[in-house]
Amino acid sequence: MSEEKLLEIKDLKQYFKTGRHSVVKAVDGINFDIYKGETFGLVGESGCGKSTTGRTIIRLYNATDGEVLFKGENVQDRKSQTDLKKFNRQMQMIFQDPYSSLNPRMTVMDIIAEGIDVHGLAENENDRKDKVYELLETVGLEKQHATRYPHEFSGGQRQRLGIARALAVEPEFIIADEPISALDVSIQAQVVNLLKKLQKEKNLTYLFIAHDLSMVKYISDRIGVMYFGKMVELADSDELYKNPIHPYTKSLLSAIPLPDPDYERERIRHRYDPSQHDTSEEPEFREVRPRHWVLCTTKEFEAYKKELDNK
Amino acid sequence: MEKILEVKNLRVSFDTYSGEVQAVRGVEFDLNKGETLAIVGESGSGKSVTTKALMRLLPEPHGYIKDGQILFEGDDLAKKTPKQMQKIRGKDMSMIFQDPMTSLNPTMKVGAQIMEGLIKHQKMGKTQAKKRAIELLELVQIPNPHERINQYPHQFSGGMRQRVVIAIALACNPKVLIADEPTTALDVTIQAEILDLMKDIQKKTDTSIIFITHDLGVVANIADRVAVMYAGKIVEVGTVDDVFYNPKHPYTWGLLGSMPTLDSEEEELFAIPGTPPDLLHPPKGDAFAPRNKFALEIDFHEQPPMYPVPGSETHFAATWLLHEYAPEVEIPASVKRRMKDISKSSDSGEGEKQ
Repeated sequence: MSEEKLLEIKDLKQYFKTGRHSVVKAVDGINFDIYKGETFGLVGESGCGKSTTGRTIIRLYNATDGEVLFKGENVQDRKSQTDLKKFNRQMQMIFQDPYSSLNPRMTVMDIIAEGIDVHGLAENENDRKDKVYELLETVGLEKQHATRYPHEFSGGQRQRLGIARALAVEPEFIIADEPISALDVSIQAQVVNLLKKLQKEKNLTYLFIAHDLSMVKYISDRIGVMYFGKMVELADSDELYKNPIHPYTKSLLSAIPLPDPDYERERIRHRYDPSQHDTSEEPEFREVRPRHWVLCTTKEFEAYKKELDNK
Repeated sequence: MEKILEVKNLRVSFDTYSGEVQAVRGVEFDLNKGETLAIVGESGSGKSVTTKALMRLLPEPHGYIKDGQILFEGDDLAKKTPKQMQKIRGKDMSMIFQDPMTSLNPTMKVGAQIMEGLIKHQKMGKTQAKKRAIELLELVQIPNPHERINQYPHQFSGGMRQRVVIAIALACNPKVLIADEPTTALDVTIQAEILDLMKDIQKKTDTSIIFITHDLGVVANIADRVAVMYAGKIVEVGTVDDVFYNPKHPYTWGLLGSMPTLDSEEEELFAIPGTPPDLLHPPKGDAFAPRNKFALEIDFHEQPPMYPVPGSETHFAATWLLHEYAPEVEIPASVKRRMKDISKSSDSGEGEKQ
């Protein structure tokens, strides 16, 4: 993993108006960087803003405030069509639901080649076909599948189509928004293995959004934990699982059931009580250990540091 | 142990335009009093259909019980008329569905929905039923039950709604509770709470639970015994320790192997290749054979019987690998390491013999 920053997210805010006077702060001022070639996992419970973060990064929403810098350029600024096109080619998305994210009236060939057409990547009809065939093989499907429609595929196969579509424009960065949540366990492993293989071959960078923490731990280099629109903890994935510091992260980790009956019998669950925090000042994102960040106040910062030192 | 439910050679089919889909192909299991039996499997393995058949909730006439017996306290439910079933459903056996958003009636107050069963089955009066409904909401740990009882489902969060569904299911003190993926739609922290709640209630009421899920973590948490289903059949059954620490069926290996453990450093997950078979044309031999790299020649011709696993009275698996003439196979390294990983804390599993 290089130390070259591919993406910098600075104080990103995404508010939605839900009524004349009410505003939902889906994402409320988060900061993080994603390095080239790494997988950044974003976890949290439903409604914590993790999907919104992904969608704002790729500009499906216009951010309320803050900056998303992709290779140093602000994503949210882009105005002209040509610039947008150039940007879209570098960043792609894989969606959660393989049933609703593929147009049922298009053949696999057209679905996958849509990006190729938009960006004019194929020289002629034959080249276009070859490219699609190659992509199908890359994701473990076959040439003959190109003439079929999405309904002829199983969930796992459809997710492979979604991946092929994302790869078609040769992006550098892929946002995968719960790409395996809708799949069966045995199929999940297939798709995760495929994503890992592709990352190695094509030097891709992933933002992997999920709520299944054991899978996120497996695929990610670093993980950010979100709670109510804020990033509460960010660390290398091993560090996060071994030494969780923020009470919310602890409660989340202690709630995952593991396929181990003995462990389950002795499990101690931590409940998260937001009122336990020090409220004397606004919490800030601080580095308690190199590369390990926690949202905390000065007082908590000292306490957390002590806790880590004693481990 | 007292058996409350015995399912014998249950076969369920669906008539479709393209032919008969054999969703459940000869399922057999017992449910003991006060225990939790988890049924795990992928979508399409027939786990939900099995429980729907038990409750006689199949969309008849195109979905039907083709063969088999469902003995509930010795009484065959498969032969009951719909009228007779109405007296059993909700009273002796009740069900919790996956999606708490759609299993409640949005136009009825929560209290009225809980009282419905009480008034119908227990012949309670309105005031008495209301009192009981409040008790039930307390049992499922909903705060302010006196106010909550007059609210509509949309005023509850997902986790709270699932608690209401559980309260309804428990209203008439059922002997058997069937929970079909009750926590799949919920967040992990809420899931943990609901699982704790169900265990807690089971301790108090001694209800037998059939718990359907595809999450092996949840199984390890809640179940006493596990049945693993594949392509309409039970391929392995045993106590949780049997199945998690000494799995015998290659499909179970695959399921356990495809889940990363939290302290694993594997490069690649052990994925089961391919997809489950089409039950419109079930394969001739073992349905898992085409995806199974340990498949023997005989797997493609004949279905394996349920073999008892040597050294255990509770553990059975349907694989030819347990036949006395079967060759020794090496369990895939990634799975084996996991088994060791998992079983190092246990003294019960004798581990792999090889």
